[in-house]
Amino acid sequence: MTAKVVTITSGKGGVGKTTATANIGFALASGGDRVVCIDADIGLRNLDVIMGLENRIVYDLVDVVEGRCKLRQAMIKDKHLSDLYLIPAAQTRDKTAVSPQDMIRLADELRPDFDWILIDSPAGIERGFRNAIAPADLVVLVTNPEVSAVRDADRIIGLIEAEERGPGKLIVNRVRAEMVKRGEMLTTEDILDVLAVELIGVVPEDETVILSSNKGTPAVLDSRSKAGRAFMNIARRLKGETVPFESLEARDGFFGRLSRLVKPGGGL
Amino acid sequence: MSLFERLRGVDRRSARAAKERLQLVLIHDRADLSPGRLEALKDDLISVLSRHVEIDVHAVQISLTQERNQQRLVADIPLAPPRARRREAH
Repeated sequence: MTAKVVTITSGKGGVGKTTATANIGFALASGGDRVVCIDADIGLRNLDVIMGLENRIVYDLVDVVEGRCKLRQAMIKDKHLSDLYLIPAAQTRDKTAVSPQDMIRLADELRPDFDWILIDSPAGIERGFRNAIAPADLVVLVTNPEVSAVRDADRIIGLIEAEERGPGKLIVNRVRAEMVKRGEMLTTEDILDVLAVELIGVVPEDETVILSSNKGTPAVLDSRSKAGRAFMNIARRLKGETVPFESLEARDGFFGRLSRLVKPGGGL
Repeated sequence: MSLFERLRGVDRRSARAAKERLQLVLIHDRADLSPGRLEALKDDLISVLSRHVEIDVHAVQISLTQERNQQRLVADIPLAPPRARRREAH
């Protein structure tokens, strides 16, 4: 068994990298794959709380890199799924405590025992980002349908190509279907028109994501969560399945076309 | 939105504005050439060209375009009207 290393990044902060990492990790592990999630956001760790494992941390990524513990000792087993692990970031250090070479070594040590190594990248394009993408076989970019987030994603696309870690794949997160319908939000098609990247998922804005983060149980475990379903589909696409994209942009459905015909400004 | 556009039913929803702004900002980002530096380039271009030919300075347009991976600097440089040129020649 040799793991595929997937780094989840975005450039801009707050677009949902950590939520995406946790949910994709859960989705893959719920299908029986062996998964380890690494929080590379040293100094601002959060993957532990999203996964609900914050109370179990003894050692962290920097302890491993600096030789204070064995790799296995820093791996926290998930509460729900037996094949899911977390390696938390250190909270009281900064990004320079780890180098890109450290991350490559760490990933190589984990590869034989897992199917997937997911790395939650920090925001930004500096050292933390470089650390996170160094061992990546695939970079998954998360963006929101907003000018600022898409602009930053474009910058990241250029950087991962320069580091020979491209081409990446794109998740459009926090899409509000009703705003898209009204023409008040960029559509996924708009974003794909301007970014040279392939789509791997469209995730709707969904209250259940906040409820899940309150409880520390990712949304994919909630069968009623639309966002959870979208992350489940992303996991299936990562595994190579062809999964059609659920139509969030209802304007392309029958009623959408109808309403465009009857409403003024319908683009006729 | 102009009254004419309103009558024709052309809408200016914010998503369209977002896409246009995004396209413009990405063109400048990718070329690493900000709108301000493009203006400076235009001024330099005008002063060099003016040494050789009379140009209509106020009508000069310079812009960045993108098709697939090819970025292009497009300059539209109208020459001064022949009458004005003749007048200055005398």
